[in-house]
Amino acid sequence: MILQVEDLNRSFGGVQAVKDVSFTVREGMIKAVIGPNGAGKTTLFNLISGTLRPDSGKVMLEDREITGLPPHRIAGMGIARTFQHIRLFPGMTVLENVMIGCHIHGKAGFLAGMLNLPWTWKEERRLMERACEVLGFLSLDDYMYNDALSLPYGQQRILEIARALAVGPRLLLLDEPAAGLNMRETVQMAEIIRKIKEQGITVLLVEHDMSLVMNISDEVLVLSYGEKIADDLPLRVQKDPEVIRVYLGEEDAQD
Amino acid sequence: MRRNVAGYLPVGLLAILVFILQVVLKTSGKEYFLTQITMSVYYSILIVGLCILMGYAGQISLGHAGFFAMGGYITAVLTTFNLLPYADLPVMKIMDMLGMFSRWQDLYGTDIMSVRPIYAGIFAVLFTIVAAYLIGIPVLKLKGHYLAMATLGFGIIIYRVVLGTPLFGEADGISDVPPFGIIGPLRVSGDMSERVMNYYIAWGLLLIGVLFLINLVNSRVGRALRAIHGAEDAANAMGVDTSGYKLRTFILSAVYAAVAGVFLTHYNGGIGPSEASVMKSVRYVAIVAIGGMANIWGALVMGLGLNFLSLRGYFGSYDDAVFGGILIVIMLFAPEGPLRREFFSRIMGLVRGEKEARG
Ligand SMILES: Nc1ncnc2c1ncn2[C@@H]1O[C@H](COP(=O)(O)OP(=O)(O)O)[C@@H](O)[C@H]1O
Ligand SMILES: [Mg+2]
Repeated sequence: MILQVEDLNRSFGGVQAVKDVSFTVREGMIKAVIGPNGAGKTTLFNLISGTLRPDSGKVMLEDREITGLPPHRIAGMGIARTFQHIRLFPGMTVLENVMIGCHIHGKAGFLAGMLNLPWTWKEERRLMERACEVLGFLSLDDYMYNDALSLPYGQQRILEIARALAVGPRLLLLDEPAAGLNMRETVQMAEIIRKIKEQGITVLLVEHDMSLVMNISDEVLVLSYGEKIADDLPLRVQKDPEVIRVYLGEEDAQD
Repeated sequence: MRRNVAGYLPVGLLAILVFILQVVLKTSGKEYFLTQITMSVYYSILIVGLCILMGYAGQISLGHAGFFAMGGYITAVLTTFNLLPYADLPVMKIMDMLGMFSRWQDLYGTDIMSVRPIYAGIFAVLFTIVAAYLIGIPVLKLKGHYLAMATLGFGIIIYRVVLGTPLFGEADGISDVPPFGIIGPLRVSGDMSERVMNYYIAWGLLLIGVLFLINLVNSRVGRALRAIHGAEDAANAMGVDTSGYKLRTFILSAVYAAVAGVFLTHYNGGIGPSEASVMKSVRYVAIVAIGGMANIWGALVMGLGLNFLSLRGYFGSYDDAVFGGILIVIMLFAPEGPLRREFFSRIMGLVRGEKEARG
């Protein structure tokens, strides 16, 4: 098991956003987390990546407990993430954005930087090459020197993934990577996620697009009002009466 | 692989300008300007340090006059406080043997033994590092207005402490601070005969400080700071120790402030409580803002120019009001700094009477 989540809880004021959630993710798989809006999916990601602290419960990466560690420590241990609402660094180029992903692979600190020590040049070049590799892998290398926020929306989503991949994660958390994408771009995104899996990176993915989820995931975890209501193979989850009720109920409400 | 050579070019050009300026002032018989220029240069050291904190790391401090005063006052006290009555203590004897004291006579001919300025200066900076660290840890957890308020609170405390403590001379401040011998014949002093030398010492210090910051901005750390400024949570999730970096930048900018305080105090031969006042902190923030926030050169030019004009008395009794006015204009029209295109289009829009849509 690359990731083990045990009895995770988190509430905001009176809202229990994540309630006694437990699940595991096996190495090398794509696992999807689905559920209606407000089900607690993003909160769950924030708890795993350290952006939020849980009220109680445990998160284990392999056999190391990472509960409550700060995000940068967790990133250093091999979990990288993207954001549902794109959080690229404004005023920085595509390359620089990805080089921030490479940050943990360098060590030049304040003193070395201020003195511009020669060894830091080699390190910078190494980080840049690493970033270029990732950009090439996701076919973003043509835009390397463009301002990140000048990219079309779909490319910004991919850049978010590039930045996270540059961290060199063993587990990648993708929060609605296809949100706002058109059909062609969504198919492309599915392709990208598959390619990432082929690199041996485990993927945990929040997604609303059901065809994307059913196509690429090995397992699906369903949340509703912060609680886990199913955790199974995609085909079985699709037939689960509770899941159908939650989703149909939501659609009824929307009609 | 070479890096930054283009970034060093302006530093070299500035060094040449500094020389030309001195020659021009000498030949035109306006050498008396050197004093205020030297003082402006020292203030600018604080300004460029604050620029890194505000413009790059995106953290405000309304307490930097406090760090400046900390550096200045500590060195002033240590170099003027008469230790002769304690000279027989064993610790003192050891320190004396290590050459940490100097003996001199004040204006009235009293024998004085005090800490040698170089050691006093080093101690003042080290003390400021510790203070910035202890203040930074709790305060940098705050953001935006809250951070501004907390640093303001720090500034007020330093001001009142300085003003209320006899050791710090209360309203009179500390005078008779001796010159600061750096190495060989180089010494920081307000002595007329050493005015030209001091002009170059100040510039040398500023240029070295700027060089360090240019390097930093172009380094891995500089990139991380810009990322923190742009999207702190994302930077943190990518593995940047955001709170650690903010703290270190805060300390770094406090060190620049303290170094400026130490040098200017020895140059002026004293320091007074106005150096610790909140209006001074506001002034520094205003200068960084009008310099373009994330723009070391802009901050430098504005720091030199505005401080010089202020020291020459061009703003008259409206000195502080000028800087308050600058802040209002900047915050209204260019919260990201004025040296950008939108600023001018906004002004032009206003001139033409168009409605402003900010957001
Ligand atoms: N930072 C926060 N502060 C207060 N409430 C929050 C916060 N984050 C999430 N919530 C609440 O927690 C619940 C789950 O939200 P979220 O995890 O974003 O759901 P999802 O990603 O599944 O749409 C919602 O009711 C939301 O309003
Ligand atoms: Mg969400």
